[in-house]
Amino acid sequence: MALANEAVARPRSVSLDVHAVSHAYDLEGRVLDVLDGIELAVRPGEFVALLGPSGSGKSTLLRLAAGLERPRAGALLEDGQPITAPDPSRILVFQDPTLFPWRTVWWNVATGLEARGLLAKHRHRVDDALALVKLETFANAYPHQLSGGMAQRVAIARALVNDPQLLLLDEPFGKLDSLTRLSMQNELLSLWEKVGFTALLVTHDVEEALLLANRVIAFSDRPARIVAEIAVDKPHPRRRDDPELVELRRAVLATLGISSDV
Amino acid sequence: MTDAIQALGSGGYASAESAARIWKAGLYAALAWAATAVVTVALPDVVPWGSAGLFAAITGAGAAILTALAFSVSRLGRAGERVIYYGPWFIALGIWFLLWEVSTAKLGWLPKPFFSPPHGLLNVYVVDGPRLLVCILYTLRLWGLGFFSGIAVGFIAGVALGWSARVDYWGMPVLKLIGPVPATAWIPATFYFFPTTFAASIFIVALSAGIPVAILTASGVSSVNRAFYDVARTLGADNRYLVFKIAIPASLPHVFVGLFMALYYSFAVLVVAEMLGAKYGLGWYIQFQQAYSGYANVYATLIIMSVICAGIIKLLFVARDRLLGWQKGIL
Repeated sequence: MALANEAVARPRSVSLDVHAVSHAYDLEGRVLDVLDGIELAVRPGEFVALLGPSGSGKSTLLRLAAGLERPRAGALLEDGQPITAPDPSRILVFQDPTLFPWRTVWWNVATGLEARGLLAKHRHRVDDALALVKLETFANAYPHQLSGGMAQRVAIARALVNDPQLLLLDEPFGKLDSLTRLSMQNELLSLWEKVGFTALLVTHDVEEALLLANRVIAFSDRPARIVAEIAVDKPHPRRRDDPELVELRRAVLATLGISSDV
Repeated sequence: MTDAIQALGSGGYASAESAARIWKAGLYAALAWAATAVVTVALPDVVPWGSAGLFAAITGAGAAILTALAFSVSRLGRAGERVIYYGPWFIALGIWFLLWEVSTAKLGWLPKPFFSPPHGLLNVYVVDGPRLLVCILYTLRLWGLGFFSGIAVGFIAGVALGWSARVDYWGMPVLKLIGPVPATAWIPATFYFFPTTFAASIFIVALSAGIPVAILTASGVSSVNRAFYDVARTLGADNRYLVFKIAIPASLPHVFVGLFMALYYSFAVLVVAEMLGAKYGLGWYIQFQQAYSGYANVYATLIIMSVICAGIIKLLFVARDRLLGWQKGIL
């Protein structure tokens, strides 16, 4: 836990506590258990990756943390306060950029400030957020004119402009081509280091989890339980072919029940 | 696409052969128009219609302009390209006028009063112009009041239906029952409920315009991608913001389909709405003339109505392209 000390000092971040959270969905009359007694404490400024098979309820945990849904049992706390509704301090970035197609890039990014009536005083923050993801020249473009990677960067800028203290990322690079994904992973990492939010990243890419996170939490199949917790103590930037990471990758895959020989 | 290819083609010719190039289609069109003019004045009408001289002058002038264009159009730039694009239409129009003249006024194959030669229609405008102008204004007033109040109510109702599950529960079945009933079927009831026949007419037009807008707005609002709401809510949006900044703009493409339908329906019921004790209006004029077998007047009025309708549709297209420019590349 070498990174714990570094994480504590971060000012623009919050802790996230998940206490005995279970959740289920009603599906055509049947109850589908999704989460089963999840217990997780994310420290302020920490970068935690949730890893697991698809459909294992990782995204559900993010929706609960965002406040879009309430858990059936247990509680989620942001800095000790229960999470009951969406709040701009916690922002969710989806796998699809989900940009509003009728709004320009600038107005997409401005959405959060506009919705809270802050836009008139804080217009510069929109420009700053666009500069942060290096898209200031595309301010007047419409979403359909952007590539997948650019659209996802706009989605990240749209989240960051609100100064989130907790950024919830639901497979944000899942649909990007592998080269774009590599550069986006680096960008996310440098944003995290620069801005200092707490990050909770859902992914099914073991390598991505190990490259970015301080801690990797492995989920089981549905209903999801935490099956392993792996601390990654290596400082950033990390190399993909670092023998320690390769070894960790093998260990993680083994806990998930997958042979790394494949 | 063909437009662009034609433009490229003609541009190439213009530079290669300079101004010497002659627009052949223009000459053919001029020939057809000139023939119409000659036939109109040279041959006697079976039954006199009036305004033959004026029609011949107009088609003759058209022929002269087309002839001039045939020699100059390659130097007119973009406007010239548009003219060249419509060349085949100019020819077709000239031939159409010619056949129309010959078969009606000159040979009487299509007899008075059921058919009218083109100069018969022209004569209607000449003789009855002022009255038609007043009728146009009355019709536009009725249509404008009915259409705009109808789409305003329809739009608000549509948003409520699409947004609120409770409004949808009670409102949608009612709308589905009322929707297919022709607006004109309400005439007896409207006579009872409205103080004046003018108000009743406005209601009929408004109803015909409002229902398609309500149905399509509702389907547009209810089919908005739920993820847009999730994103906006995490960004701090309240319900008001979700309705006005997410649901409504996202459903505008549907709304415009509804508006186009509303336009056609409202024009279709306009004639009937003007039956309700109106003293002026194009619909009233049509019925009045029909009663006296003034079919030339009926045709002439129908032409006015279709020109007005086409003009408003054009305006609506312009508005749509301005508001829905973001859709380019999605559709």
